Amino acid sequence: MTSPVIEASNVTVAFGDVVALDGVTITTPSNSFTAIIGPNGAGKSTLLKVLLGLQRPTTGSVRVLGGAPEALDRSALAYVPQKKTFATQFPATVLELVVSGISGGWPWRISKAHRERALVVMEQTGVTDLADQSVRALSGGELQRAFLARSLVNTPQILLLDEPAAGMDMRGEAAMYHILCDYQSKHGATVMMITHDWEGARYHADQVLLLDRRVVEYGPAREVASEARLLSLFGHRGHVHETHAEGDSHA
Amino acid sequence: MLEMMAFPFMQRAFLGGILIALMASFYGPFIVQRRLAFLGSGLAHGAFGGVALGMFLGQEPLLVAIPFTVLVAVAIEWVRSKTDLEADTAIGVFISLSMALGIIFLYLREGNASDATTYLFGSILALNNYDIYLSLVALLGCLASVPLWSRWAYATFDETLARVDRHAVMRDEYILLVSVAMLVVISVKIVGILLVSAFLVIPAACARLLSRRFVHMMWWTLLVNTGGVVVGLLASYAINVPSGPAIILVQSAAFGLAFLYQRFARSA
Repeated sequence: MTSPVIEASNVTVAFGDVVALDGVTITTPSNSFTAIIGPNGAGKSTLLKVLLGLQRPTTGSVRVLGGAPEALDRSALAYVPQKKTFATQFPATVLELVVSGISGGWPWRISKAHRERALVVMEQTGVTDLADQSVRALSGGELQRAFLARSLVNTPQILLLDEPAAGMDMRGEAAMYHILCDYQSKHGATVMMITHDWEGARYHADQVLLLDRRVVEYGPAREVASEARLLSLFGHRGHVHETHAEGDSHA
Repeated sequence: MLEMMAFPFMQRAFLGGILIALMASFYGPFIVQRRLAFLGSGLAHGAFGGVALGMFLGQEPLLVAIPFTVLVAVAIEWVRSKTDLEADTAIGVFISLSMALGIIFLYLREGNASDATTYLFGSILALNNYDIYLSLVALLGCLASVPLWSRWAYATFDETLARVDRHAVMRDEYILLVSVAMLVVISVKIVGILLVSAFLVIPAACARLLSRRFVHMMWWTLLVNTGGVVVGLLASYAINVPSGPAIILVQSAAFGLAFLYQRFARSA
């Protein structure tokens, strides 16, 4: 881990009287995997929107790769949204979806170079066979893997994911973690992922950010994502299993 | 049947109709995919208010209708983006307002308002050179917006991803709506206020039934739109029925065939 890639300083976001984030301060180094965990309405997605430059903080400041998020080169950062908000009736193939990540626009035609580049990441996420499939015909897990391929196609320095495992079965979820950890270590990337999967976070992430509008705790995954913290934040123990807690961190 | 092409009014009808079809084919798929099918109708009613204002002021109606309708388009988008109202509600509000203003302008105007019916029902056979020049200018505007195709398509697919990729989604949306507003005003002379949205909606809806890729949807829209103009004009000449409705009936027939194809052939 080296210099900070993401720096949020005392960030507050308010929508009228509703405070979504309250004085959040975090520093995320390069070549790290951070899991963001918190209850519903904790401001997790809002924090990602702030980092993406989609939501201006009411107060506080954010720097991503040393500059304002809005000014960041689009190829340096990729995002996998939580709710797939795309227009389901839009006629699109999986290959077009992935290629759209290269150019940041919808492809009129797909060049050979773009096709080959897209197929490389589609192979990694296991959607090569779905290249000509209509996006709307995909299952939840296939859709997540297609969006994951799209996010990796530019080899971004920063990867922000909002519950990327939603809709995936256990095998798909394990494969996704493998892809993310592999990508992070291979490219020295900064991965920040919202999840409700404590077990996966503790096992795969370097750091865990416990968020409940404000930072409840932020630190090494093993320490933060513990059973005691789980109880205090959610009021139940969740699914933490000691078998993983005793093993070595994947990352 | 080819003797019909000897008539200058018929030549203008084909040329004007195809020009409108080309432009509507460019914008139509965006309108349909953004669930704004009602927009064409709404803007056409906005055009009625503008035409009536032009008549009231003693000016060329279409020249007054263009800025008036653009204003209506901007107002619809502005209200939609600043409130929780759905697009169809905002459109409904401005349809009523524009029609009410149009009726008042016609009432205040001295003389009878029978010439306003030309704009209600349109007449592609009555196009003059001025209308053709206006369509050509609009086509240039349409060609100028071709570089926006990729951005519009991307934001149509997923507005959030487009924003993440630093697209000025709102600005692009306004440009699209203003472009559509201008197209609608120019089309009013051809098919009339009551039927103008057909060019934007029916061929694109037909194309959607036949396409798995958005770019294919554009090509199908172009084929159905231009084919509808050519076949519709030929049919109207052959069986002596009004041209505008004949074009729309041809488009609708294509839609019916596409529906049957999707329902039976593709699912087989």
